[in-house]
Amino acid sequence: MPFGLLKYGLNSEYPGTHHFNPATELKKHYDVVIIGAGGHGTGIAYHLAKYHGITNVAVLEKNYLGSGNTARNTAVIRSNYLTEEGVTFYRESVKLWQDLSNEFNYNVMMESRGQLTLAHSDAAIRSFRWRAEVNQHMGVRSELIDRQQIAEIIPNLNMSEDARFPIMAGLWHADGATARHDAVAWGYAKGACERGVELHQLTEVEDIEVTSGKVTAVKTNRGRIECGCVVQAVAGASSVVAKMAGIPLPIHSYPLQAMVTQPYKPVFTPHVSSPHLHVYTHQTSRGEFVIGGGSDPYPLYNTRATLDQRETLTAAALELFPFLAQARMLRQWAGTTDMTPDYSPIMGLSPVDNYYLDAGWGTWGFKATPICGKTMAELVATGKVPEIIKPFELERFYKYQQINEAGATAASH
Amino acid sequence: MKLLTCPLNGLRNITEFTYGGEYHPMPDHQQASSREWAEHVFFHDNSAGVVIEWWCHSASSYWFLAERNTISDKILRTFPASEIFNQRIDFVAVPEATPTTKGESQ
Repeated sequence: MPFGLLKYGLNSEYPGTHHFNPATELKKHYDVVIIGAGGHGTGIAYHLAKYHGITNVAVLEKNYLGSGNTARNTAVIRSNYLTEEGVTFYRESVKLWQDLSNEFNYNVMMESRGQLTLAHSDAAIRSFRWRAEVNQHMGVRSELIDRQQIAEIIPNLNMSEDARFPIMAGLWHADGATARHDAVAWGYAKGACERGVELHQLTEVEDIEVTSGKVTAVKTNRGRIECGCVVQAVAGASSVVAKMAGIPLPIHSYPLQAMVTQPYKPVFTPHVSSPHLHVYTHQTSRGEFVIGGGSDPYPLYNTRATLDQRETLTAAALELFPFLAQARMLRQWAGTTDMTPDYSPIMGLSPVDNYYLDAGWGTWGFKATPICGKTMAELVATGKVPEIIKPFELERFYKYQQINEAGATAASH
Repeated sequence: MKLLTCPLNGLRNITEFTYGGEYHPMPDHQQASSREWAEHVFFHDNSAGVVIEWWCHSASSYWFLAERNTISDKILRTFPASEIFNQRIDFVAVPEATPTTKGESQ
């Protein structure tokens, strides 16, 4: 019997220290109001407090900390994108990821497992060559590998030439990684709260006041707050929140469904994805197989799970790993993804003064968490748009300068 | 399995249909600025609630409109596009400025 644990549990001072400041009254005024306490929102707060000395900050969350897409995504970190803007941005993010546990002295269980994308056609091989060249040119570890190399990396993969879509080649991305998604939001929130940032959960923004083109206050279910500026980091609800400030966005909200099996002994390490079969999977450090990436066929603000997606994802996963037929499914869930027409995010300034956008994160938001916290905080603190996020401005749609990020999603295309 | 009522083919499995985007009126094609076109093409209301949107029955290539609640995923009503588009739309080009003969000195 671990008495130490029992003593700790029954201690009147349990838990010893709070990770986050307990709910307090809302103040009348904050210099910065951040809407959404996911990885992005808390990351921005953390960087504002630690690197820019801005601590009169409130992070408002309508549910609880990290309860949205931070909890629902499948925790894939990679930088093997296709556009120059995308690769530059995600490459910096992966670098920050690698040092994140040290950064806030909180273990985010970052594991560089490598990521393998499969080609089942000549066209896919051609596009992988292109991606590998772009990646290598920009300092990202990415290479085209053949069937033999694939079998060596993942011996359990179904390499049969009799499969419906035989595996022809792969794009191996050694920088690919995974991390514990909840811990990212917890680590950032802890670090931000220790420096004076206030985290207000169960606080929903109901309206945003804009006076002569400038944001002045937000109305919440707990009262009105005046603010110097506002940052919205609300993923699936981006259009709904931006509309309160009168800003139209080029976003459609689609549910993305994933599922997970019961835990099993370790079988393979890397993350495997097949754009052709619309599926990706990896075995978590707990032993569960996470199977992802089915977007619903039409927009919806609902996180229900459907039998359609379960069947589609299962069929595809079994084609790659037939032994999973014996696995038992633990749960299936959905997150609301804010999809942009060019598969790139919308970051930076908005048509409303002092109102900053961190939206359009679709199915690629988790991996961008640290770079987003860093660059958005810099924008809020200095008023200058950091060079690395300039291409992602909302204005690009009006200038017809979209960034067609064909390497954005692991499964959709 | 979710069902959808096609105004032409009746009650069918929703997997037979393709979502075709929000319905929103087109700007005046002769007057609209480049910004207005950008908003029309790329920007969406993306409302949480009842919306009107385009759907197509893939097997018969029949386009129609549907009223759907994007929170509850209930399809409230489907109707033929002729309910809204009851007049012919002609895409007449903008009249050009007075033509000048090539090489003619002014």
